Amino acid sequence: MPPDSPPAAVAAPHPPISPPPSLIALFAAFATMSLAGFGGVLAFARRGIVEKYKWMTAEEFNETYALCHFLPGPNIVNLSMVFGSRFRGIPGGIAAFAGLLGPPVAVVTILGALYAHFGEIEALRRILAGVSSAAVGLLIATAFRMMMPLVKRRDLVGLVLLAAVFVAIGLFRLPLQIVLLVAIPISIAISFALRRKPAA
Amino acid sequence: MNEGGNPIWTLAWTFGLMSLFAVGGANAAIPEVHRVAVEVHHWLTDKQFADVYAISQLSPGPNVLIVTLIGYSVAGVAGGLVATLAMCVPTAVLAYYVSRLLARSSQSRWPAILQAALVPLSIGLMTASGLVVALAADRTWVAALVTVAAAGLAFATRVNPLWLLLAGGVLGFAGVIG
Repeated sequence: MPPDSPPAAVAAPHPPISPPPSLIALFAAFATMSLAGFGGVLAFARRGIVEKYKWMTAEEFNETYALCHFLPGPNIVNLSMVFGSRFRGIPGGIAAFAGLLGPPVAVVTILGALYAHFGEIEALRRILAGVSSAAVGLLIATAFRMMMPLVKRRDLVGLVLLAAVFVAIGLFRLPLQIVLLVAIPISIAISFALRRKPAA
Repeated sequence: MNEGGNPIWTLAWTFGLMSLFAVGGANAAIPEVHRVAVEVHHWLTDKQFADVYAISQLSPGPNVLIVTLIGYSVAGVAGGLVATLAMCVPTAVLAYYVSRLLARSSQSRWPAILQAALVPLSIGLMTASGLVVALAADRTWVAALVTVAAAGLAFATRVNPLWLLLAGGVLGFAGVIG
């Protein structure tokens, strides 16, 4: 793989705001952001990368995140790979990926072991029941927040697609692969058709 | 134990394939994780699934950690590692190659079309996640009320989500939820 730094240094519209991070700095930064990230790492990653370390401008971060959001898989994990490899090639991607996942996986494995040994204790069962009820609420709130832009611009087509996926997966419990293999081509065809007549 | 029955191999294959269909990220994949772990393989009960979801939300780090916990409960530390890597590595590799491809042809309008096409689908998946976890977690009317209250507060205010989780834990400890 050729390194991307030489063309980027010439063509970059912005002056480099910070020198590119080393492998150790990538690992440490993603480990720190990940361990701070309760309820999702994205907000902490944005603050760290754009404001604290100044490795990217806000626009560059948004572009990189948008790419990782439309690809399948955990978005922030994709972002760590894309971000790290932009600065230090594949080793950089692996360093950021390992920093993002390594420490939290260790923490959650310890919690999982504690749960396996003490999960039957009555007080712990009650606490976890309360936490899980609240956690579902957070998940539902996130889904509704993401839905609001579609509601506001009265995107009927989008809302119908959304509802169809909800019914197929949530109510009929169909396998994800089958639903997406049907829904993605339909959705792409509709988006493509709508883009071709910009007046619509 | 080197045949198809090896649980580690099942974890790797299951989550590796799932990751490539996890449009909208880890939270959107929850219904499929539940379907596979509870309904197909019977690795966990519904109650354990709700517990594991709660623990993954209480832990720092990306939302994908619920997969680590499921792997752990199936095959210990190795299971947790294999499940996590299976869920993360294939799409990270894909993201790497797509980002290099797009860096070369940045004029394409396919990314915008793909994004417009996938956003409604991933929100539909997230909404289904909410339903699936709610059915697993909320066994009483009070529990469902806690969910509704947490959803309302998180939607309407900027309160730190961690406080809502802790409040749920306190209510649970007090025996309110039953």
